[in-house]
Amino acid sequence: MNQVASGLVTSQWNIATLGLLAASDGAINWHTLFFFIFALTACGFALAVLVSSHVVRMAFFLIVSLSAASGVMFTSGAHFVGTMQLLIYVGGTVVLLIFGVMLTAQEAFITLKTKAGDWVLGILVGGTLLALLVQVAFLDPTWHSTDYQQRLAAQHEAVTEELRQELLAGRDRSELSPETLQKLADLESEIASGFPENVGRIGLALVGVRADTTDESVGLAGYLLPFEIVSVHLVVVLVGAAYLARAKRRRTDLIE
Amino acid sequence: MGFLSEPVGLSHYLAVGAFMFVMGAVCMATKRNTLGILMGVELILNGANINFLAFASPYFREDNLGLDGHMLALFVIVLAAAEAAVALAIALNFYNNHATIDVDRASELRG
Repeated sequence: MNQVASGLVTSQWNIATLGLLAASDGAINWHTLFFFIFALTACGFALAVLVSSHVVRMAFFLIVSLSAASGVMFTSGAHFVGTMQLLIYVGGTVVLLIFGVMLTAQEAFITLKTKAGDWVLGILVGGTLLALLVQVAFLDPTWHSTDYQQRLAAQHEAVTEELRQELLAGRDRSELSPETLQKLADLESEIASGFPENVGRIGLALVGVRADTTDESVGLAGYLLPFEIVSVHLVVVLVGAAYLARAKRRRTDLIE
Repeated sequence: MGFLSEPVGLSHYLAVGAFMFVMGAVCMATKRNTLGILMGVELILNGANINFLAFASPYFREDNLGLDGHMLALFVIVLAAAEAAVALAIALNFYNNHATIDVDRASELRG
């Protein structure tokens, strides 16, 4: 009976670890693969925005670049911010820009060629800056790679082993210690879906409650005040933008 | 394809952020179209956001920014939306008054 139970438990838990352990013996690391797909798309289309001189194409390349950037955000574990990037940036800001393009797209302005001297100067300064920044990014050798997946797999292995020992010691499946089972459930949820609880924590932080830290020195340092400021700022800015961009027929009538 | 089996680290994310930042900066410097300059600003803000989220990620460092990085990135997104609305209104005004969107011909905007 115990043998059967332990066999069931190990086979069920091994499926979850396979995805993690496969990465260690030369197979494709899926996180890396998707990071490179999104990163290369984002960078390539950002370059296309710079190189293209056709303003409608620039807007399209910008959409692809920003969408791929949201993919990069997803691979860094920031699911909510990545979603907001897609909703607000790609769905809102860039649509606004495209309206601007459509409102001003006259024959003479669709392609405004940059002067050759400006190109040379821009590429010189930009290339220097890029070389400097990339060098700084790779300065710290501990930043080159991460052992997060291996650490998680090791923890998972340890907890599974603990449970297996309990089963082999003759305990029934219903008598396993609840703390260890909870630890295992937490680890498996972290492996499968990252940190979905961050969404609720972001919402709480916006109303001034920090649920993610027990640090006393942080106290009630939520984001209620910045949230209020940015809300009022957004209202003022949008009213101002509507005022600036309105049709000015009445004023010219008065002058005439 | 050895690099595909190695986990990526913080440096790779910072490099992507740096690349998008530089593309945006050069875009702002070289484009003559007002809307092209606006697109450069969007690219710059995105590069900054990727850096914030990379430093906030629990995957790369033990002492990460955590939720603070996510909050800052969200505020950057909201402020970028506000900035785009105002800048677009100014560009439309400029276009209505001067019948051009070439910034090289915007010298009359001086005071």
